[in-house]
Parts: sequence; C-alpha cells; structure tokens
Amino acid sequence: MSWAHLTVLDQMMLALAAVVLFLSFALLQQARLLAAIHAFAWQGTLVAAVTTVVATRAGLPHLYFSAVLTLALKALLIPWMLHRLVLRLDLDRHREPLRRPVLVMIAAVALVIFSYWLVLPLVRNDLIFTRNIVAVSLAVVLIGLLMMVARQQAVAQVLGFMSMENGLFLAAVSATSGMPLVVELGVAFDVLVAMVLFGVFFFQIRQSIDSLDVDRLNRLTERPGEEP
Amino acid sequence: MIALLITVFGPLAGALLLAGVRRPGLAGWSNVMISAVSFAGALALAWQVAGNGPVEGFTFRIDALNVYLLVLTAFVGLTTSIFSRPYMRHMCDTGRATRHSMPLYHAMYQAFLFTMLLALSTNNLGILWVAVEGATLSTVLLVSLYRTPEAIEAAWKYFILCSVGIALALFGTVLVYFAAQQVVPDPAQGLNWSTLHALAPRLQPSIMALAFVFLLVGYGTKVGLVPLHQWLPDAHSEGPSPISALLSGLLLNVALYAVIRVKMLVDGSLAATATPHLAGSLLMGFGMVSFLVAALFLHRQRDIKRLFSYSSVEHMGLTTFAFGLGGPLATFGALLHMLVHSLTKSAIFITVGHATHIAGTQSMENIRGLIRTQPAVGWSLLLGVAAIAGFPPFGIFTSEFLVLNATMQSQPWLTAALLIGLAVAFAGLFRHLQPMVYGKSPESQQPVPVNALPAIVHLGLVLWLGLSIPLFLAQGLDRATQLITGAHLL
Repeated sequence: MSWAHLTVLDQMMLALAAVVLFLSFALLQQARLLAAIHAFAWQGTLVAAVTTVVATRAGLPHLYFSAVLTLALKALLIPWMLHRLVLRLDLDRHREPLRRPVLVMIAAVALVIFSYWLVLPLVRNDLIFTRNIVAVSLAVVLIGLLMMVARQQAVAQVLGFMSMENGLFLAAVSATSGMPLVVELGVAFDVLVAMVLFGVFFFQIRQSIDSLDVDRLNRLTERPGEEP
Repeated sequence: MIALLITVFGPLAGALLLAGVRRPGLAGWSNVMISAVSFAGALALAWQVAGNGPVEGFTFRIDALNVYLLVLTAFVGLTTSIFSRPYMRHMCDTGRATRHSMPLYHAMYQAFLFTMLLALSTNNLGILWVAVEGATLSTVLLVSLYRTPEAIEAAWKYFILCSVGIALALFGTVLVYFAAQQVVPDPAQGLNWSTLHALAPRLQPSIMALAFVFLLVGYGTKVGLVPLHQWLPDAHSEGPSPISALLSGLLLNVALYAVIRVKMLVDGSLAATATPHLAGSLLMGFGMVSFLVAALFLHRQRDIKRLFSYSSVEHMGLTTFAFGLGGPLATFGALLHMLVHSLTKSAIFITVGHATHIAGTQSMENIRGLIRTQPAVGWSLLLGVAAIAGFPPFGIFTSEFLVLNATMQSQPWLTAALLIGLAVAFAGLFRHLQPMVYGKSPESQQPVPVNALPAIVHLGLVLWLGLSIPLFLAQGLDRATQLITGAHLL
C-alpha cells in the first residue's frame, strides 16, 4: 500500500489512530490510577479528533455533533467522574504494577498482529485504507479486554472497559462514518449509565471486602466443599 | 401501532413512575397493574399481526418471530410481578431487603421489562444492542439488592462479563453496518434488519462471517453459552427470586433472539459461498457443549437456585443447538422450546422462592420434606421439575422430541450425545429433588403464605402445550419457522 495516494486528512486519521493505539499500551502498563485516567482522557480526546477529521473529509455535519459528544463524554465527563471517585476512595497514591509486565506486553503486541490478521478478509482494493483503521480499532478493543483480565483493581478494570468503548467508537467512526444518530445516542447513554453504576459498585465492593482488589471477590465457586 | 407503543413504552412510563412511589404496598400493586397493561397491549398486537401480517413503523417491526416472544415476555412479566408483591414484602419483613430499596426494585423491574420488549420489537440492530445492554444495566443493581458480599460479587461478575461480551457484539454490529454501507444506498437504513434481510445475498460474506463471530460471542455471553456462562449461576442464585425468574425465563430468550436475527442475515450472505452453514455449525457447536457441560454440572450443585440456573444453561444450549441444526422441524422445535422453557423455568423459580422462604436457606441439604410442610409448594416443585426434565405430558417433552427427531434426520450420530445429555440432566435434577420434596421435614420449617396462582397457571399452560398445541399458536410458530428457514413445517 503506498501512502502517497492518501490525502493529508487520510494520513492524519491514520496517525491519530496510531496514537490512540499507543495510548492503549500506555494505559495497560500504567501503575498509578490517576495517570491511567489521564491517559484515558487523552485517548478520548484523540477519538474525538479522528471524528472531526472524518467529518471534514467526508463533509458529514452530523459527525461534528458526535465528535462533541465523544469529547464531552470520553475526554471530560467520565475521566472527571473517575478522578473524583479515586480521590473519594483515597486511591490517588495507590500503585499497582502489572503482575507479569513482560508477558502482558507481549500478549498486547500479539493482539495487534492478530487484529491485522483477522481483518485480512477485507480484501477489496478500495477497502485497504479502512482495513488499517479497523485493525487498529479492533486492537484497541482487544487490549482493553486484556487490561480487564490482567488488572485486579476494579477502577483499572473499568478503565479497560471504557477504552474498549473508545476502540468501538473509533471503529464506528472511521470504518462507517459513524452509526445512525439514534444508535450513537443510545450507546452514549448506556456508557454513561454504566459509568454511574460502576461508581455505585466501587463503594459497594469496598464496603463488602474493604478493598477494590476484585481478585478477593471469590466466595462464589463451583467446588462443592468450598461454598460458604 | 398504538398497541405496540403501549406494550413497549408502558413499562418505561411505569419505571419513571415507580421510582417515586415510596409506599411498598402501593408500588407492588402498581407494578402488577403496569405489567397487566403491557400484557394487554401485547395481546392486541398479536391479534393485529395474526390478522394483517407484520406491523411496521418508527424503527419497530413486529413479525411472526418476535410477536410470540413479546406476548411471552409481557405475560411472564405480569405473573412474576404478581408473585413478586408478597415475596418482596416478606423480604422486607425479614430484613433481608430494606424499605428504601423498594422504589429502586420496582423501577428497575419495569425498566428491565422495557429494555427486553424494546429489544424484541425494534427493527434496528443498533437499538437492539442498546436495549440488550440496557437490560444488563437495569438488572445489576437488582442482583446486588441484598448487599451481601456474595450478592455484590455476583453482580460485579455479571456486570463485567456481560458488558465485555456486549462490547464485542457492538463491534460485530459495526461490521454489519460496514458491510451494509457497500450495498444499502441510504445510510440511515443501514442497520434496519428488514432492509438488510432483503439485501442479504449482496452483503460481503467475509465481513458478515467475521461480524457473526463477534455477535455470537457477544450475545452468547447473555444467552449463557459455555464457556461464557460464568456470570449466570451467580447472578441467578444471589438475586431476588422474581429477578431470577425473569433472567432465566426472558432475558436468555431475548439474547438468543438477537443471535437468531443475525444468523438469518449471515445465512443469506453466505448462501453462495463454500461454507453456507458456518453460522449454523457454530451455533450447533456452542449449543451442544453448553448442553452437555451444564448437564454434568447439575450433579455437583448445593444451592437450589444454582441448580436451576445450570438447568437454564442446559436448555438454552439445546435450543441454540436446534437453531443451528436448521430446517423447519428443528426450528419449530426450538421456537416451541423457548416458549415452554420460559414458562416452566419461571414457574420453578417462583416455587423455589417460596421453598427458600419455608426453609430459610437456599442450601439444598437443609430443604427437606416440602410436600409435608406445605403441599402446594412441594407439588409445584415436583411437577415443575418433572416438566423441565422432559416428562411426557408436559410441553418440554414435545419440543425435545421434535428436536431429537430433527437431529435423527440430519445428524444421526449426534442423537446419542443428546440422549446421554438428557439422561444425565434428568438424573442430576432428580437426585437433588427427591429428598427436598419427600424427605423428613425438620421442625424449623414453617408454612409461609403463598400465592400459588402464577406457578399453577404456568405449569397448566405447559401441560396444555404438551397435550395439544392450539391452532393459532401452531400457525404462528409455523410462520416464524417459515421466516427463519424459508419453508413451512405444517
């Protein structure tokens, strides 16, 4: 694929998407919660920027609206809520390094390669540009998933979930020029409600096990002898 | 159209209303009334669809496939609300739930019904996704209602697993939209199921196959397909019994319904390729594994609600398998199975709710001799389990028989696996049931005031469906079969 064919805006989009992916890696290995929340906010800002670029490139005014929505929700509101929750839960000095950083990083790299392999079927020539973006957004989704598996801390897991959502927004915007407006609003509403509920759960979990290390939520098991 | 709006948006209005009702007695009755209104709307809607064919408009589309699920959802919502009123009052009296949590409970109950009815009635795959995610969001706080450490753990697991699953389903939806944009001229129509279904042969097969994998994993998490079922027994066992009844009886159906809708698109798209049955094979594989694994897990349960939630996994596995098998006979059997399983399983969870009140525990070791302590509960449990295990006079026998027949015709060597699974599940249920119903009842077990009506009505209907399927229902299911497979059974 030759990059010279692409317009400046296309190149900009790819560059921004690449930075989104980079921020996923940053998020994955960040031990301090506040720094991770800031990385997440930057990721949201970049997704909003990609949306603006797509809106300009394709001349789709409704995408400006969804760019503003993404910016408000993913870059400002949700990071702000998480920030406040972390302060209220006294977790701002909490450090939690990954248990097996090398292994997790290699897994994340493998997921990026896997994403590229998975989108290979999109072979038609005019789709090659899209293929790159879809692969990058799928990688962001899967790294978010990996983060939820690799992290034991509830706030970090929520960050993983939210960065998965970022990847989904990126895919929707770049591959399909955004979903229909009603769907986009519905998704944004669900994400917001989910965030509020996560906040409620942080307090419920802390009350119940005096920590947010969800590995210690292990009372429900399948082995007969161990049931409480 | 008005009937549709009442059916779907009645519960939404109810949710907003009930959030402000502080008196538990009034809220309980209002809950029943709102559910009744919604059910009446659903009946009127079914009448319209039976007479004039599909109802369309405002991104809704009611056809033969979803109309019977709509009626079923509204019906189980109504009977469960009748059961829930005295049940939750008992919970408040015994101090397991607080009076402050009752407005939340009732509002979320209706919100949950609303999301399920919306998911069933919408024509837009995007809204379908939003509604299924909404169903998770409205039930997590219900699962953690009792605020015990176990309940909070169950709710957290449920929340995280289902949210992750459903996020993958959104990626699949984006891919479907991407494929649609190459063929659908108007982007606003690109997620409309009916438009996509009409153009399915032109959707790019490689994208649709990839999309189906994501959608199956995503919605499959909610169906409770093994190995994505981890949340299901926890959420069912720790939440209030009315919610277990709704989750098992309805939510699993709604998620499976989403898979079926997508499968119809993928089948159309892949028809001309080298692997036309890809979607069906995936469903068969997941379904069979879920069925067999869950049947084995029935044997090692100690908690009565966990036992029956594994039974739900088993039955959803069987239904998924039957849909994957394809063909009119298997599909008709699967549609019927969804119906009878919902009715039976919600009746069982209602009865189990009473049984746990009588014994004061969910541990099966301590539930003994129900038939002596309170015959109504003992008999309901006995008959409910007989029905769910597939004993002849009940409807589940009919649907399982149809599925077995279809399997013998197209994949004979899988019949053995099905029969073994059914036998294992049967043994797993009855080894636990026998002492609970007939054993010697301990002194501490006291009868509780019960309203046996919902369970009796459900089991009566299942019995009726086992003896003779009424003509209008058979024709309705046949039209749905024709919609899915393109061929009539009757």
